[in-house]
Amino acid sequence: MWGTTKLNQNWANSLTSQTHLDRLEAEAIHIMREVAAEAENPVMLYSVGKDSAVMLHLAMKAFYPSVPPFPLMHVDTTWKFSEMIAFRDRKAAEIGMDLIVHTNQEGVEAGVGPFSHGSAVHTDVMKTQALKQALDKYKFDVAFGGARRDEEKSRAKERVFSFRTAEHRWDPKNQRPELWNLYNARIHKGESIRCFPISNWTELDIWQYIRREQIEIVPLYYAAKRPVVEWEGSQIMVDDDRVPPELAKTAVEKFVRFRTLGCYPLTGAVESTADTLEDIIQEMLLTTSSERQGRTIDRDQAASMEKKKQEGYF
Amino acid sequence: MSHIDSLIAEDITAYLEAHENKSLLRFITCGSVDDGKSTLIGRLLYDSKMIFEDQLDALERDSKKQGTQGENIDFALLVDGLAAEREQGITIDVAYRFFSTDKRKFIVADTPGHEQYTRNMATGASTADLAILLIDARKGVLTQTRRHSFIASSLGIRKLVLAINKMDLVDYDEAVFNQIERDFLEFAEELSAGIEIQAIPMSALEGSNITGASDKTPWYTGPSLMEYLETVPVDDARISAPFRMPVQWVNRPNLDFRGFSGQIASGTIKPGDRVKTLPSAKETTIERVVVHGGDLEEAVAGQSVTLTFADEVDTSRGDVICIASDPAEVADQFQARVLWMADKDMLPGRRYLLKIGAKTVTATVLDLKFGIDVNTIQDKPAKTLGLNDFGVITLGLDQPIAFDPYDTNRETGGFILIDRMTNNTVGLGLIDFALRRAGNIHWQALDVDREALSKQKEQKPAVLWFTGLSGSGKSTIANALQQKLFALGKHTFVLDGDNVRHGLNRDLGFTDVDRVENIRRVSNVAKLMSDAGLITLVSFISPFRSERRMARNMMVDGEFVEVFVDTPLAVAEQRDVKGLYKRARAGEIKNFTGLDSPYEAPEAPEIQINTVDMSPDEAADQILNWMRERGWFEV
Repeated sequence: MWGTTKLNQNWANSLTSQTHLDRLEAEAIHIMREVAAEAENPVMLYSVGKDSAVMLHLAMKAFYPSVPPFPLMHVDTTWKFSEMIAFRDRKAAEIGMDLIVHTNQEGVEAGVGPFSHGSAVHTDVMKTQALKQALDKYKFDVAFGGARRDEEKSRAKERVFSFRTAEHRWDPKNQRPELWNLYNARIHKGESIRCFPISNWTELDIWQYIRREQIEIVPLYYAAKRPVVEWEGSQIMVDDDRVPPELAKTAVEKFVRFRTLGCYPLTGAVESTADTLEDIIQEMLLTTSSERQGRTIDRDQAASMEKKKQEGYF
Repeated sequence: MSHIDSLIAEDITAYLEAHENKSLLRFITCGSVDDGKSTLIGRLLYDSKMIFEDQLDALERDSKKQGTQGENIDFALLVDGLAAEREQGITIDVAYRFFSTDKRKFIVADTPGHEQYTRNMATGASTADLAILLIDARKGVLTQTRRHSFIASSLGIRKLVLAINKMDLVDYDEAVFNQIERDFLEFAEELSAGIEIQAIPMSALEGSNITGASDKTPWYTGPSLMEYLETVPVDDARISAPFRMPVQWVNRPNLDFRGFSGQIASGTIKPGDRVKTLPSAKETTIERVVVHGGDLEEAVAGQSVTLTFADEVDTSRGDVICIASDPAEVADQFQARVLWMADKDMLPGRRYLLKIGAKTVTATVLDLKFGIDVNTIQDKPAKTLGLNDFGVITLGLDQPIAFDPYDTNRETGGFILIDRMTNNTVGLGLIDFALRRAGNIHWQALDVDREALSKQKEQKPAVLWFTGLSGSGKSTIANALQQKLFALGKHTFVLDGDNVRHGLNRDLGFTDVDRVENIRRVSNVAKLMSDAGLITLVSFISPFRSERRMARNMMVDGEFVEVFVDTPLAVAEQRDVKGLYKRARAGEIKNFTGLDSPYEAPEAPEIQINTVDMSPDEAADQILNWMRERGWFEV
């Protein structure tokens, strides 16, 4: 078939070798541009993790040479790793995007935290409720998120454009069909859309893309000597002096790293010496448990994620 | 993980380099739960090492609790998603699954097979390169196989895998396989041309011919399913097609840069190429192909890029940049195949939003030509399209759009229809061809025609032609009737002889020639009004039979209703509301009907009114009843 075109053989080779990462990237960029063009007031939710790093990188590529035409928003539970906060502020400044940081002040005043209230209450108040507050406060109509369909069974059917009622509820029976790359982003006042441009990426795709594009990620993903304690079946890092003193006393220095990043008391460390991307990916591929097992909120019955999503958890 | 590439452990960098250059294949699986579809997908995930041990533990636990395979692993449980579906034991939506091998990454759209989920299947098919059609070897080619093949091929899939499953239940009998393949190939001739079909005998449950050749089927020499999926060429049709790129976003960081961002729908582009932006059809030259990290020498279909032009050419979101030598078509009316995806029916005459590429316009369904039975692929008469119905329609847009026929270019020929009230996506469409206005002298008939206008007004158009002597009561009765019709919500208009002579017929006198011209013009106006769906009340003395016959002949059969307002001259002259008889008697008016000019009474009027015995109100009722009895208001 190439005989009929003027392309030379080398070029023909490069055409047919458009890789899966190229296609995933082009698709994500297409989705981001659709939102930028059709939404009135979009925002990119930024969690500082590796998926957020990929999302930010894609946004930068999508609108280059312009700066992405929407702000970043971080829902800060006040319990994130301090390294995450430093990384977040530096990244936003480098790219030149506005950064909105929202914290549930009622939760702060009530002294809600994982050590005192447990993970369920903490996550609900400081994360789920905080996100709803922020979306209501700024009246964003479309919020980009980095969720992927491969993360959990109930997400396999999530749309790229996921509709939420004015109460932020997700109704799995009332989602729009998505044909070709034609996305229908029309909503009524008060309704909103969660948009997931990297829906079709897998964990491995994310790591391969980070490697290919040399995307900077928070150093916590790399193994280093860190002070950890045993808490509720996980090894957590003593990141600041809010760890109860009797617990902090038991801290030991170990070579550890984190597979996911969140609130430090709720993020289990894994013992590892993987301090390069290649080593991390190798470890990931050889590991015996899937990614989300490290997140405490998922250790629930099978349909827990669907339930949380209906309630507005991202 | 139980089975892992030793390469990962030994040389991770080499592994990553190899996997970074994998290609991507998107496919859809069609079939019902009974055909073992979920089991097949579960098996593919399992055999391609996409299941981690914790998931495997959960799977084994679930298999014992809910599974249908006794102590064995029920792979189907791996792929069932939402809780409600798990309880019902059927998959009701499109679920996307991912797995990869050393050669390829795969995205699987898993859709249910029943007819009531035709829309879900079409959704999955819209982005797929290939379709796997599952067939139960015990049952052979069924109605659903035909339906699935039709939907897949309609949506532009050109590669079909006939997965003849459950071969273990027919003892891996070659004759069974051959018969099913033959049956299908015979049927497939009715599908669009250029479809490649690969039949594979398999057992998803036993893993036969899934990842490698099975010793149970020595008679089969073709590839295993995985071998085929890994090596089948991904369609490069869109790379060899002419260049198209819908503009998504105008990229304007500062006054020195103006670029047009989009994902290339088809073809290739490089600096120096002459392009045309549609629908404006302005031509320019590509200056740069911009991406982050450096300009490209050439870009191809599928890539998201930003193009800059050598000249200032006004271009905005929704426009399509095309190669100048072979641009897309531009039209505002076309024929398309649609699949209806909403509970509320599609109705001809209704307006929807249409999104194609990055453009959203208002579209009116002009005509539903016929439906297509998805099971038999035969045309069938249809007045509306309901959920999951396929049909052929004509559409009119409020502005022209650029497009290619869907069978020529999947990326620029598909559209969605959006309900303007609910904002829901209610239909998908595949453009067949443009309706050419210039070559079609009956263009008006294609648009909202008189029938549609009549339906809209819920009435049959009519020209009620009131004839009778001056002062017989024509206008009085017409007025009374109009009020009653108005109260019923009917759309009417009164053409009064005197009033028309003040405007349209101001230049006409009362000679015979002028009288005829007067009637001709009024008849034409009445005809236009009936075309508009109105009930027109014409109040004209119209004394000559030939004039009234001329008017009758101009109207659509059955729509001309002659109402003879039968008032004896003596009574009319006695009433003399306008004092005209007095003046005529005094010789001030010449050629006055009934006096010095004859009145030819109708021989067979539709309605005859005796104004001596009834009031104008009663007369109006008589006409109204006459119309009602003949179904005038039941449209």
